[in-house]
Amino acid sequence: MSETKQISENAVEVRNVFKNYGDVEALRDLTLQFPKGQLTSLLGPSGCGKTTLLKIIAGLIPATSGEVLVNGKPVTGPGPDRAFVFQDFALLPWATVLRNVAFGLELRGVPKPQREEIAVKYIKDVGLSGFEQSYPHELSGGMRQRVGLARALSVDAQVLLMDEPFSAVDEQTRRKFQEDLLSLVQNENKTFLFVTHSIEEAVYVSDQIAILLPRPSRVSEIIRPTGFRNKDKDSIRRDAEYLDIVDKIWASLRTYVE
Amino acid sequence: MLSRSNLLKLLSAFFVFGAWEVAGRIPVSFAFPTFLESMTALAILIWDGTLFTAYGETLRPLVVGILISGFFGIGIGLFIGLNRKLDWLVSPIFVVMQTAPLAALIPLLVMAYGIGLTSKVFVFCIMAMPVIALNTGGAVRNTPASIKEMGLAFLGTRSDIVLKIVLPAASPIIFAGLRLGISAGFIGAILAELKITPTGVGDIITYSRSIADYPSMYAAIFSIIVLAVVFLNLLEKLERFLFGGLNRGYASE
Repeated sequence: MSETKQISENAVEVRNVFKNYGDVEALRDLTLQFPKGQLTSLLGPSGCGKTTLLKIIAGLIPATSGEVLVNGKPVTGPGPDRAFVFQDFALLPWATVLRNVAFGLELRGVPKPQREEIAVKYIKDVGLSGFEQSYPHELSGGMRQRVGLARALSVDAQVLLMDEPFSAVDEQTRRKFQEDLLSLVQNENKTFLFVTHSIEEAVYVSDQIAILLPRPSRVSEIIRPTGFRNKDKDSIRRDAEYLDIVDKIWASLRTYVE
Repeated sequence: MLSRSNLLKLLSAFFVFGAWEVAGRIPVSFAFPTFLESMTALAILIWDGTLFTAYGETLRPLVVGILISGFFGIGIGLFIGLNRKLDWLVSPIFVVMQTAPLAALIPLLVMAYGIGLTSKVFVFCIMAMPVIALNTGGAVRNTPASIKEMGLAFLGTRSDIVLKIVLPAASPIIFAGLRLGISAGFIGAILAELKITPTGVGDIITYSRSIADYPSMYAAIFSIIVLAVVFLNLLEKLERFLFGGLNRGYASE
């Protein structure tokens, strides 16, 4: 009984995962749970293996040993239950916004009229209506990532894997994205895995923050902000708990930054 | 009203042909006719049908060569781009083909395949295929890793990724290879007609040279250049029709 409860609570479970690249140990004995319907950040300095972990969960690279469970099922490769948002957007430069957003559905064999109907809906949701026939090079960095986000949403996966999705957009756009992400977590019944190297960003958007430390990579701490999660978006950045957590994380990370 | 680019093209043609005319009138050499003499000879060749009969002969190895080297060049290039071992196995052969002194090898080809169509197609392919295959291979290998990864993450099969991501991404360089390869092939085709058996346009060149009818000789050479330029332009149109969006640059940064 407790076993099934466990499965229903965690969308993703990482158990004793090791990853070696030759002699380099990227991940050592990493165990971590990602609760369903929540946003968990993987936070850490560069080189701590957070992107590696995300790609192992995505099934894009195999773990050397250990296992990853998504909704209780072991991961052997990419699956329909997960969608990926890329740091560099990974859009097809020769395809319009409409085709890019529908591309995930195209690869799943959804017929053109249906997939375009779905794509148009999500293009509207991310605020890009009117740009359906534009090409990626005609869009700003922030708009390109909205295309990447719409593509990930349109395949309707339960788990969204986001690899530093806002690191390549400007500061103002990033703040807007963070606010939008909070509404997304509230409105969509999905689990979000969010890789970032920004402490403020992680504390602002996360239900749970896993701090990863490098050499060898491991989870050093899990922080669950409680007080300000249900507060107004605008007052979070002034909340005492928010500021305390940011300070505390910096205190534990600063020794690892050269 | 002419567009600016067409006006420039016309201007450039005017200068080149003008220089040709002047050089012919000086004359640079007894064997170098003026532009107008050559064009008159070309008109005569067209008028009496000699040129059409000649191209009926020349176009056969040309067309077969374009089809074979295009299809197999891109196909083999795709495989060497996708498979590192195959790259090591096959690429050196193409590099050797590319650097081999072709004129010296023609007698060997003739001994092996006779003086017919096969040898001429071979010469075309030796000239054209290496560039096409090596360019395709390089372009396929350099497909941005992140869009291939995206294809995998969104459950693309291997053939999806090759057809919908790798090929379109590689297409500008594949087409550049086709253009370079096919223009080299045109040179090869004429070389074959001069070196193996004088047929078609090669025959006009050889024959008019032997009777010192230099205007006809230059007219024949001129016609093959025109044909090559027209063909390359058509190829560019095809590229724009197939992959119109690609010349818009990558949108990753």
